Amino acid sequence: MHLHGLVRLSACLALASAALAFASDRVPKPVINIDKPGKCVEDTATMRREHPDMLKHQRDLTVHEGIRTREHSLKECVGCHASRKTGSVLGENGFCQSCHDYASVRLDCFGCHASKPKLTNGAKP
Amino acid sequence: MSTDANEALSRRGFLAISAATLGGVMLAPGIRLIEIAGARAPEQAVSRQVRWGLLIDTNKCAPGCDDCVKACATENGIKDTGHPRTDAQWIRKVELKDLRSGRTHSVPVMCQHCEHPPCVDVCPTGASFKRADGIVLVDRHTCIGCRYCMMACPYKARSIVFQEITDQNPDVPRGNGCAEGCTLCVHRIDHDRQPACVEACTRAGHNAMIFGDLNDPQSEIAQRVAKYASTHIRADLKLNPGVRYQGL
Repeated sequence: MHLHGLVRLSACLALASAALAFASDRVPKPVINIDKPGKCVEDTATMRREHPDMLKHQRDLTVHEGIRTREHSLKECVGCHASRKTGSVLGENGFCQSCHDYASVRLDCFGCHASKPKLTNGAKP
Repeated sequence: MSTDANEALSRRGFLAISAATLGGVMLAPGIRLIEIAGARAPEQAVSRQVRWGLLIDTNKCAPGCDDCVKACATENGIKDTGHPRTDAQWIRKVELKDLRSGRTHSVPVMCQHCEHPPCVDVCPTGASFKRADGIVLVDRHTCIGCRYCMMACPYKARSIVFQEITDQNPDVPRGNGCAEGCTLCVHRIDHDRQPACVEACTRAGHNAMIFGDLNDPQSEIAQRVAKYASTHIRADLKLNPGVRYQGL
């Protein structure tokens, strides 16, 4: 198995064990705050396992072919999942960062991409 | 009876389709909307039929005016980091003077979106690439920041980002360690909007920049290029840039 796959598998296992451990308060667990409850583009299990592949697939289509569909775009993820308090998907309890910190998977999307949605004039995060 | 109804329906359908088709072309006599001609569904890839270009009329471009540069910086989130020598620069104003006649020009110079881009030739990872519609871009996901493209570009159009960047425009991701340059505001073009520099120039009433499809004979830019003399910068290099200058 590729090293990458191994890392991915261990990340999934970490998340799965976190789910099992929710019953016990002694085990630390990621904070998953969803401020805008509703339907994501895929079911939760698929999103947890496959969101990196979806984003990578979409990014190549967008950058090279100019295909700007909204369904699997990072901008839409951020638009929906940014915290109401901080306006961002990063931060201690941020939707992306809390899980990535927990699973110890580096999150480098936001070195370049905006971690906050674009605000229309006068709107609050 | 039923066949009559069907016939009537299909005829009505046919008329509706024809009306829609004609509407696209003949909105008014002699006027054709670029938006309709260039409209592309979001899930449709860019086409080789299109060649985006800019035509800059240097007679209308005033020395000292930097409306396009400011608009570019605002749109793409380029901020002054206090290091003017190394700050990213997507458009710069260049003042030219013919020493014999004393005639001066002031021209905006950005990525010229060459048909044969040297930055693409030298890129070791394939990050610097030309999109099917002629826009030359950097795929920051594969850019390793080697700066070969900066050396190869005869127009000094590429920059590299030296600082961590925060608060980017969500439509324009940019970050530390990646080469970058004018994208012709590709995020706007893909939504049938004009690049920010052209919009600002037109809004301010200078009308020195036109953006459009060079391959579409009906477009304003193609008609202007066909009618008036225009040239490329460093035309001797035969790179066939998409950016043309009139009055140079």
